[in-house]
Amino acid sequence: MNPYKRGLALGIAAAIGAISFSACAGTPTPAATTAATSAGPVKISVVSLLPGSEQAAIDAFNAQVKEFEAANPGITIEPQEYEWKATTFAAQLAGGTLPDVFEIPFTDAKTLIQNQQIANLDAQFKTLPYADKFNENILNAGKGEDGQVYAIPAKNVYGVGLHYNRTLFAKAGLDPNTAPRTWDEIRADAKKIADAVPGVAGYMQMTQNATGGWQLVANTYAHGGRVQTANADGTFTSTLNNDGTKAALQMLKDMRWTDNSMGSNFMFDWSSINQAFAAGKVAMYTSGSDVYTSLVQTNGVKADMYGLGAMPQTDSPDAGVLTGGTMAAMMADATDAQKDAAIKWIDFFYLRKLVDPERATADAKTLSANKQPVGTPVLPMFNRAQWEQNQTWIKDYINVPLDHMTGYTDTMFDLKLVGEPSRGTQEIYKLLDTVTQTVLTKKDADIDALLTKANTQAQALLDQG
Amino acid sequence: MTTTIAPDVAPASQAEPVTASRSRSLTRWVRGGGISTLVFALPMLVIFGVFSWLPILNSVVMSFQKTNLVAAPKWVGWANFAYVLNDPLLPTAIANTLWFAVLALVIGYPLPLVVAVLMSEARRFRGLYSALAYLPVVVPPVVSVLLWKFFYDAGPTGVFNTILGWVGLGPFPWIQDADWAMPSLVLAATWAGAGGTIIIYLAALTSVPAELYEAAEIDGAGLWHKIWHVTLPQLRGVLFITLILQVIATAQVFLEPYLFTNGGPADATLTILLLIYNYAFANSLGGNYGAATALSLMLAIVLAILSIVYFRLTRSWSDS
Repeated sequence: MNPYKRGLALGIAAAIGAISFSACAGTPTPAATTAATSAGPVKISVVSLLPGSEQAAIDAFNAQVKEFEAANPGITIEPQEYEWKATTFAAQLAGGTLPDVFEIPFTDAKTLIQNQQIANLDAQFKTLPYADKFNENILNAGKGEDGQVYAIPAKNVYGVGLHYNRTLFAKAGLDPNTAPRTWDEIRADAKKIADAVPGVAGYMQMTQNATGGWQLVANTYAHGGRVQTANADGTFTSTLNNDGTKAALQMLKDMRWTDNSMGSNFMFDWSSINQAFAAGKVAMYTSGSDVYTSLVQTNGVKADMYGLGAMPQTDSPDAGVLTGGTMAAMMADATDAQKDAAIKWIDFFYLRKLVDPERATADAKTLSANKQPVGTPVLPMFNRAQWEQNQTWIKDYINVPLDHMTGYTDTMFDLKLVGEPSRGTQEIYKLLDTVTQTVLTKKDADIDALLTKANTQAQALLDQG
Repeated sequence: MTTTIAPDVAPASQAEPVTASRSRSLTRWVRGGGISTLVFALPMLVIFGVFSWLPILNSVVMSFQKTNLVAAPKWVGWANFAYVLNDPLLPTAIANTLWFAVLALVIGYPLPLVVAVLMSEARRFRGLYSALAYLPVVVPPVVSVLLWKFFYDAGPTGVFNTILGWVGLGPFPWIQDADWAMPSLVLAATWAGAGGTIIIYLAALTSVPAELYEAAEIDGAGLWHKIWHVTLPQLRGVLFITLILQVIATAQVFLEPYLFTNGGPADATLTILLLIYNYAFANSLGGNYGAATALSLMLAIVLAILSIVYFRLTRSWSDS
């Protein structure tokens, strides 16, 4: 071999092979920070809306930004489109491309704090006049081992509900005013819809980017199962092969392969199933109770076609509704000036409207003036009395079709709420993605074998700590 | 990557003292414009070193460390390599990557050659054909994947299923089925990548001396014989290069499985590079960068060995 060719061979192989990872594995670049003293002007980037949102939603957001900047001279807000995804968040965090104030799920805060990846916001949090009024369980998710607050409950606390397309229900001869209340009803209705409207999935569940696991766990809870247990010695035991998960998967298998009521496309994550639902390709699916807001803002869903029911519960005494939520956090290298500005924004945009009548009505007024949803069902961040009071403040502005949501709202305070699994959450969800995908795409899938294998892998993850 | 071919320098007489020979060749190098060559090459060398080789070295170091890119890294010896080799997903990823490579060889390798030969035979509109063949390469990959994803809708109303339905075929599940997903990805990848290879083959075909074809014709050779006995032997050097480039590229397939299926359904399209990506980034709580770099390094070594073996094996065939 001549030296030129040897060089070519080695060069191509080594360079391309190693570059394949090294390109994204270099030293992290800290987020562009605005050097500012606490007295001087400061600019922070914040989460605005999901990518691809409607212009009216953007207008409403910009109006809120203007209002905030007018009330807080010296702080400039830079809106940044953002969608939290389990599969891209770490890359954004490592690459420093997150907004200064970003959103994370409850389940991730503890580990990010432990890894020193998010900033301590305790001093700023304590300046909030309602700091001591939070539901302690919710606030706890954002506290470090030192008892200090790093991530602040913001945006929402949700319970998983059943979202359905009223138009498709009517087309299939079903009553759009009555959401299915049991899993048997869901299965029967899905079959009727799939038979009546070809090309439509009567029922579908998310399967990708860790959302498949998220919804399988929600389905497991509804069947009375649990996917992990905490032991007295601080270790965790994985219980993925519990009867609840098996029953949930068996139902999917029956709907897919016996009834053929789940359509032809099986690869969905949070945003793509919203899209398919809005396009009338999916008649029923489960997701957080607050998803209506983004269905309107991003997918152009109209109130007439939307219905929300409770997550059906089996007779098991352990049956419950999966609950979770979103917290606001900042990169570990945030300056004090940025943190001070951020807490003002968090107060203005996410929280004060929940406890202050003036801010509640102002916020609702801006949103409704821009035809944005007001009154989408969420769970209380403080307590039920506070939540009910808030509803009375904004009742003149509520524009979501509450009468289409009674299936959910009538029971939202009666059902047992169960938090997401606390250890290795997203990694275990990803293992369950594969299980759900296999059941939906392989006719001979062996549920017991799949769960046993996933359980072994999950236990290995839990043992790593 | 750059390669410079050393100029032909007459060998110094062996009788001369070594130092004298060195200083003479250095002087000759300076007189021959060596310094200006170096000055011109320097910016590129520095940029290449800082942005390509330094990260590669960093990733080699990182493969022996445990780090979250924030706290100080810890040395863990071969632990990352052990973790990767014990991962139950590794055999799946290797098998899937090999399956992709085999399918790409069967579908993707001969197709551009056939198209290039046919195009070179065309007497009119050759420019138009070239442009049409190259057009998919111009479409940004993400756009083409999104388009194909739309075409691959597995419902009876999907674009491909509708078209095939006209001739009584389908509906097919495309990327929604574990067995169909990989061939579907290869089909889309071939469409997207064939243009570049076709242009290379077309250029090589023009260098085949016309008299060889004339001689073959005089000997009574038909089209097939001309291709088999003249075109292919004349193109073998290019064919060997495109083959190894394709093998290296398919070993690192990422874009299609990531964007089409994200490794699904049921891990049927999880490739080695997607596994590397998943180690590093798929976990929202900070990835296993050590495992990701360890697997990258192993892949690079395997590909380097493969390339050396390949060039050794084909040396006698490709030197004409």
